[in-house]
Amino acid sequence: MFYRENGQFKSNYASDQQMLPILQDRVFMGLLLVFAFGAVPLFVSDYVFLSLLIPFLILTLAAIGLNILVGYCGQISIGHAAFMSVGAYAAYNLALRLPQLNFLVVLVLAGLIAAAVGILFGIPSLRIKGLYLAVATLAAQFFTDWLFARVKWFTNYSSSGSVSTAPIELFGWKVDSPAEKYLFLLGVLVVFTVVAKNLVRGHIGRAWMSMRDMDVAAEVIGIRPVYAKLTAFAVSSFYVGVAGALWGFVYLGAWEPLAFNLSLSLNLLFMIIIGGMGSLLGSYFGAAFIVALPILLDQVPNWLGVEMSTALASHLASMIFGSLIVFFLIVEPHGLARLWAIGKEKLRLWPFPH
Amino acid sequence: MSKHWPVLTLGAVLLVGLVLPIATGASPPGFYVEVLLGGLMAGVLYSLVALGFALIFKASGVFNFAQGSMVLFAALAVARLGEQMPLWVAMLLAMVIMVALAWLIERLVLRPLVNQEGVALLMATLGVTYFLDGFGQTLWGSGIYKIDLGIAKEPVMILDQVFQGGILVNKEDFVAALVAAGLVASLVLFFQKTSTGRALRAVADDHQAAQSIGIPLNYIWVIVWSVAGFVALVAGVIWGSQLGVQFSLSQVALKALPVVILGGFTSIAGAIVGGLIIGVGEKMAEVFLGPVMVKVFDLAGGGIENWFAYVLALLFLLVRPEGLFGEKNIDRV
Repeated sequence: MFYRENGQFKSNYASDQQMLPILQDRVFMGLLLVFAFGAVPLFVSDYVFLSLLIPFLILTLAAIGLNILVGYCGQISIGHAAFMSVGAYAAYNLALRLPQLNFLVVLVLAGLIAAAVGILFGIPSLRIKGLYLAVATLAAQFFTDWLFARVKWFTNYSSSGSVSTAPIELFGWKVDSPAEKYLFLLGVLVVFTVVAKNLVRGHIGRAWMSMRDMDVAAEVIGIRPVYAKLTAFAVSSFYVGVAGALWGFVYLGAWEPLAFNLSLSLNLLFMIIIGGMGSLLGSYFGAAFIVALPILLDQVPNWLGVEMSTALASHLASMIFGSLIVFFLIVEPHGLARLWAIGKEKLRLWPFPH
Repeated sequence: MSKHWPVLTLGAVLLVGLVLPIATGASPPGFYVEVLLGGLMAGVLYSLVALGFALIFKASGVFNFAQGSMVLFAALAVARLGEQMPLWVAMLLAMVIMVALAWLIERLVLRPLVNQEGVALLMATLGVTYFLDGFGQTLWGSGIYKIDLGIAKEPVMILDQVFQGGILVNKEDFVAALVAAGLVASLVLFFQKTSTGRALRAVADDHQAAQSIGIPLNYIWVIVWSVAGFVALVAGVIWGSQLGVQFSLSQVALKALPVVILGGFTSIAGAIVGGLIIGVGEKMAEVFLGPVMVKVFDLAGGGIENWFAYVLALLFLLVRPEGLFGEKNIDRV
């Protein structure tokens, strides 16, 4: 009754092409942003910031990056944490060797370096598809794992191979407390989401989607596969690289060589599967789910008052995690974003059945 | 002839890499042969895990990421049951467990996901991986366990007349390689000569056609996953007796992935040849190329065998996307 587009007439192109065409959506989004920027820092504890919100924001960014490649362009990658590590180490070395650079510049440069590496590892996608490509992307994972663990230059010859970073500073603003980190990350994420939204609904996003839906037909109607696939790899790695740099600088602060290992890659993949492939909103849902689930599973034995060893608890958590993934795939293969869409559709008709 | 140039190029490059250490005199011949044999034996074991991948992919189009966890699960079962009973009884029991597991996976995971695309099925097997890792360690414990096959572990010196210093061969490696070779041979026989094997191949060719001539699809899938479970059991016992049964065993499967893509997903011959190429290539690279790279690039240790196989497979796929023996993929619109 309240959520509908009746009476909202579009009289010029600008209003026809806006990102949120329905007034209620715009109001909701505005309120959400005010809530996220204004209200959340006031009443949320440091623990929630550090263990929930900060990883959620960074992983959402990474999930958006992966979703661009897998969900929109249809090229599966199981090795995307590799590009996170490229971004993180690139940012580390840039900040170390060029200390006068602003962190935002470092972030963008790290993303660009990750994008270049992404294009390099994306070249095989021009020849191989599907599951072959999925396995081939593991090459990126293992190669970067090895590269950053073994080549001492990248870790500035530190003896243990782990690196640590200074708190970031922007135009005199020292991003130090959890709430400040949260605000900074939220700002970055909003900008990147708006850019991604406009990329995927624009000309290039359509090229990606046509590649995903049927590459031969896309080629026939004049979309260059080289261009479409490599831009998808580049944009995706850029996003993931920026996320990696943030993960290292803002969330971890100091990290070991294997901080960006295969299980992080798989988690990214789970996020977009559970959240919904080919949906930016799905990246948010998926990241929230994957970040919150382990914390929730940790708490369950406490609530039930059952004593168990940490090893047993982690094994049980892994079992539940695995079953939930299978369950989700069976019940809602299009992810949480699909449930959201169904809910919106229902709300549009409410209170009438049709 | 010109059609085969990618394969020939790969062969040529590998051959050059293979003979370079001995041709330049960088290694004594005895040591060289030792490394070569070690690579071949590791390769046989890779083939064994890769076979599990290839079997399931061929028959059901599922890329089974859980193969490594199945190896771990089977090895854990044998190790823990073996503490209470003779080893052969433990292995039989473990086989029964693997069949039950295959049936459960078919029932609970694959059947509801019929007709989903490849990615969703891959994800589902990832879920199974997490489940099995947790379940196996909850059920059997998460320590390090031993499987004792009763074969002497001391290295044996052979051919000491031919080479100076002779060649050290681990007897257990040798037996493992023989068992793996035997298993491969019997699997090929099973696939080619029995009626069940023929049904499996029919399903692999075309699900619908196979179903329409009365081959029960669900039953075939249980069989395939049981065979994959059996392969996992053998691989688990062999790897477990050498490395000890522990969580890292499930990572062995990651080594077998480049083998499958190098050989071609659907090919049993590919799994075997690919395994040998990767096994030898990896060992050679680690032993002979590794120190050179450490010196040139000033690395903190070698360890290039972690990615060498992947990069090798990746480069090869660039020139021949379907792998060594895979079926050529023809796009139809």
